[in-house]
Amino acid sequence: MQLTDDERAMLDGRDGPARQKAMELLVRYAEALGADRFVDTRNVAGVPGSTTPFLHDYYKNVGEGYDVIFSRFDLDSDEVVEVPRVSVHACHLQSGVDPENWQILGAKPLAAALSRDSESAAAAREVRILKTCTPYLAGNVPAAGEHCAWMESSAIVYCNSVLGARTNAEGRESTSAAMLTGKIPDWRLHRDECRFGSHHIEVDCDVESLMDWGMLGYFVGEAVQEHIPVLTGRLSRPDLIRHKHFGAAAASSGGVEMYHIVGVTPEAATLAQAFGPSRPVERRVYGPAERRHTYDLLNSRASDPNVDYVMLGCPHAALEQIEEACRLLDGRRISANCNLWIFTSRAVRALADRQGLTKIIRDAGGHLLTDTCSAIGQAVPPGTKVVALDSAKQVHYLPAIMGLQAWFGSTRDCIDAALTGRWRGERP
Amino acid sequence: MSGDLIVLRGRGVVRGCAEGEALVTHEAISGWGGVNPMQGTIIESRHELRGQSFAGKILVFPGAKGSSGWSVAFHTTRLAGVAPLALVFNEMTTKVALGAVVMRVPSVTDLDHDPLEVIATGDWVRVDGDRGLVEVRKAARE
Repeated sequence: MQLTDDERAMLDGRDGPARQKAMELLVRYAEALGADRFVDTRNVAGVPGSTTPFLHDYYKNVGEGYDVIFSRFDLDSDEVVEVPRVSVHACHLQSGVDPENWQILGAKPLAAALSRDSESAAAAREVRILKTCTPYLAGNVPAAGEHCAWMESSAIVYCNSVLGARTNAEGRESTSAAMLTGKIPDWRLHRDECRFGSHHIEVDCDVESLMDWGMLGYFVGEAVQEHIPVLTGRLSRPDLIRHKHFGAAAASSGGVEMYHIVGVTPEAATLAQAFGPSRPVERRVYGPAERRHTYDLLNSRASDPNVDYVMLGCPHAALEQIEEACRLLDGRRISANCNLWIFTSRAVRALADRQGLTKIIRDAGGHLLTDTCSAIGQAVPPGTKVVALDSAKQVHYLPAIMGLQAWFGSTRDCIDAALTGRWRGERP
Repeated sequence: MSGDLIVLRGRGVVRGCAEGEALVTHEAISGWGGVNPMQGTIIESRHELRGQSFAGKILVFPGAKGSSGWSVAFHTTRLAGVAPLALVFNEMTTKVALGAVVMRVPSVTDLDHDPLEVIATGDWVRVDGDRGLVEVRKAARE
């Protein structure tokens, strides 16, 4: 690997033991990738030093506190080092606990206390505590071309595809190391020649609603796995939340980290620009049959129409999605047999509070929660057997993690289920 | 154990050597949300290995997909004592590279023959991450 003088000095310990350990990890990682150099980044999003009861117990014999978890787990170091302030713009993504409503989520006091402690330790090191999977809705919006080091598959695909900024799918350890060094391997999506499309998806049915975009994303992820799809055809121009649900779904059923929509996304003004010098290795059509199949696939995990839990906000809800849920609730109360939890970021929740939306949801018998979601927090209302979701991503994960049945449909279908306790969604 | 030794040549990703029984899947593996990191099992709803354990096995798979929590999930398998012994895979991604590094298990990719074609579950496999070699001894079939 070629290291600059600055990188070599960090590796030799000039900037202290934590930055030395961070560089050691980044070099191991870059060599594993086969990267030959680093790129500078000043925008890093991860989960630095995030502590769970498992990690707390595991390292108990070594010691307690932020430095122990950060050194041993984040930096994969065999010795504990003192963790300094971060060197670049760094933010904390979602975590496992809502700090104000952890009891509603059924979290243990220990988990809430550990989360609070690691949060204040991270804040003291100048990590911005956004606590969301949608940093781009909470003030971190990278500029086109900016080199980033982000975790969170739905945020990564948004960063590359919609904003035209550049990040690979980084992990906890690589982002924590990047926060201390401002370095990340110069590999794949940081490089011009790796951002072209490889698979052509021709859309031959109308894709308009949020649900349509989620289904299309789920299909595309399965079709291209970790490659870069280029979409053309009968697509309405997607807004932010459609991009959010499309990308999140494609990153769950496959490993899509970037997509192009011709005439829409910033690096795909034309089909030729989207593919660059490469030729499509595969062409797939998404028509009515594929749409039916995707809907059925997303609903293959449910048979019981009695819904006891409705979860919205995957990825974290935008303000307009919370408004829509409130509109659909229309002053009614949800069924006594059902719970409604809507997840968002602290930033959006603050707006929802002021806008009177949080109260509308509470008055209907639901909760607007922050920082986490049912999959990340592994938290559903007690006794939940059947959940209704408007997110293809959440359908992909939640039933597997929590052993539930899951229905997939529109936000309207889900609010209807919350109000009636019955699933009445139909294949569009 | 019987049969000839088959040698595949590729690139070492993480150094070290390990040998054991192969667990082979033709489907990419999701880390966070796709495995139970405390038990070392695959939990993804429609995965062909759903319910099976990779603990102490040589995991042979196409590559990583899904959540960027891949490395955290597999890092945790190491702490919980249920990590695979070694990794053999085809598609390099940031997820699998970082996961292999923090799991600290010998890992090899870019092989001259498709390991998913050559290796079957139950075969005896030796992974040499220093030299980028994978040695396979086919299990005796009934």
